[in-house]
Amino acid sequence: MNFSRISRRHVLQGGAALTLGAATGLRPAFAAETTIGFIYVGSRDDYGYNQAHAQGAAALKKIAGLKVVEEEKVPETDAVEKTIESMINLDGASLLFPTSFGYYNPHMIKMANKYPKLRFEHCGGLWSDKDPKNAGSYFGYIDEAQYISGIVAGYTSKSGKLGFVAAKPIPQVLRNINAFALGARLANPKATTQVIFTGDWSMPVKEAEATNSLIDQGVDVLTCHVDGPKTMVENAARRGAFVCGYHVNQSPLAPKAYLTGAEWNWEALYPKFVKMIAAGESIPNFYRGGLKEEIVKTSPYGEAVSAEARKHADEIKAKFLSADGYAIFKGGLVDNKGKTVIPAGTDRGQKDPELEKMDYLVEGVIGATS
Amino acid sequence: MADGSIGLWTVPLAVLGGAIRVSTPFLFVSLGECITERSGRINLGLEGTLVMGAMSAYGISYLSGSPWLGVLAAGITGALLGALHAGICSLPRVNDVAVGIALMLFGTGLAFYLGKPLIEPTAPRLPAIDFGWWSDIPQVRAALRVNVLFLIGAALAPILYWAFRTTRWGLLIRTAGESSDAARAMGHSVLLIRLRATMVGGFLAGIGGSFLSLFYPGSWNEGLSSGQGITAVALVIFARWDPLLCLWASLAFGGAAALGPALQSVGVTSGYHLFNAAPYILTLAIMIITCSPKRTLTGAPAELSITR
Repeated sequence: MNFSRISRRHVLQGGAALTLGAATGLRPAFAAETTIGFIYVGSRDDYGYNQAHAQGAAALKKIAGLKVVEEEKVPETDAVEKTIESMINLDGASLLFPTSFGYYNPHMIKMANKYPKLRFEHCGGLWSDKDPKNAGSYFGYIDEAQYISGIVAGYTSKSGKLGFVAAKPIPQVLRNINAFALGARLANPKATTQVIFTGDWSMPVKEAEATNSLIDQGVDVLTCHVDGPKTMVENAARRGAFVCGYHVNQSPLAPKAYLTGAEWNWEALYPKFVKMIAAGESIPNFYRGGLKEEIVKTSPYGEAVSAEARKHADEIKAKFLSADGYAIFKGGLVDNKGKTVIPAGTDRGQKDPELEKMDYLVEGVIGATS
Repeated sequence: MADGSIGLWTVPLAVLGGAIRVSTPFLFVSLGECITERSGRINLGLEGTLVMGAMSAYGISYLSGSPWLGVLAAGITGALLGALHAGICSLPRVNDVAVGIALMLFGTGLAFYLGKPLIEPTAPRLPAIDFGWWSDIPQVRAALRVNVLFLIGAALAPILYWAFRTTRWGLLIRTAGESSDAARAMGHSVLLIRLRATMVGGFLAGIGGSFLSLFYPGSWNEGLSSGQGITAVALVIFARWDPLLCLWASLAFGGAAALGPALQSVGVTSGYHLFNAAPYILTLAIMIITCSPKRTLTGAPAELSITR
């Protein structure tokens, strides 16, 4: 039960908190109690995307002087504006984390313009100079972890056919599919990755059907980009296929079939944000990072991962962690329609904003974006 | 074939497999609702019953280690929710549709609240019967792994069809649904008949929910039903309150749900949103084809609040 809803009714108390919040702002060292609002698009225990954020929020709850309010299952419509308004006006939140992609524009931007003294941190959006200065977007290059998963999957697959259960063809999802496919091709140049889009973030029956259809096509290693990977992981493991996880570590669901996985590390990032505020620094409006910045991590290897796969994956991981970094999307990249999407000679490094507008599937991926 | 793929055969096989795998919850909910509506009452709360059934089945299966106890628990939960609906509706001037909507929200909300700690653990699942033993092709074997609940549901449809026509109980339910005055004149309590019919309907819907969490997709999470209970209630109207047609309609819905992913897996990638919407397009098409402004729906029980 979400008890923050009840506290929302304590209008008087909330009004007092607002006055306090407005008077003190986000003072260093949290002289007054600072309230932080988290908004999730789905259930916060979905064994996936929202749970990863909720784990980050839980890390903040442990810090003295911080109060965390949460609301789950807020649709990506003007419902999120109402939630933000009530978190600000009734709970006195001064820092907000609307964590779903569709919250950013126009909803969160509108709220950031309306409350210029409060801080808004959005997960996944693409902050630009035109957006309000009190808004920010942070995201992790989880495609780095997907690339590692791809390498492991490429070595493990006997048929050379990999499967990807995806929700919607938006840039972040396409980037993960492409990174996974490119990683797999590093291990096995003939590997193909077949993608099925289910159409929405949480459609368990469709995800199960997609998993079965892929396995019927001879796919023997699967991964996904949906909010709750539990359905895919369990159904694939039941059919004897291997899986790479996503969002959080799902290995307890299928210990034998689980190879590795791409996980968020929000419990490391959110306390960093709060420390920045406490120290009086401003959080960069456009905040990105990958394995090196500890925003994403990979799950420990499962027992089915060969020594060869581990060695190769660890080598690439070391490159991601090195000072020079590593470019997944190298020059001369061709999409699955034969068009060159990155001209030869210009590697697109991880921080290249062009990559966040990705609208293609690379060579080796079977599927289409529309 | 050498690489274990069966090419375009995936599509008909997936539709067949999907018809068997996905249809069971539709089948149980629609058969349950068929009984309830034949007695003259609509229970729209079956979406909530389905979700409560799924959650309680998963919880009991996890705690007791026996999935069959989970199925039983789901049925009992469903019957209790049905009794609640019937109980409220037997008060004077209560609208059954409004109570149904309230119970739908109550059921899903309660299931989400009680089900929070059940998302992470893995509960024992119902076993499958392998009807594909004759085939060497793993895809065929996978499609023909049938759960016994599907067989029970498929057998229940003709039994109900027969029972509505020939048994004393079937005729009583229909009498209550067609003319409550006639049932009263015969000396039967209409409210009691409807209470029992709604409880049986809830029992079946709860079992439908247990299939979702204990067999396919086979785990508890909050997006599990995504409106299947409501779809199944609509299916009853679509099937003209005929249990046999409920069976065919459920199979068609199950197969249609599998169509989108299966087509994408063989490379038909354009317009997948359209294929994903196939079940709903199917409903609309049949509703439009069969509707008529000149008469009421054929087969509709006369006492239903929507037809009266």
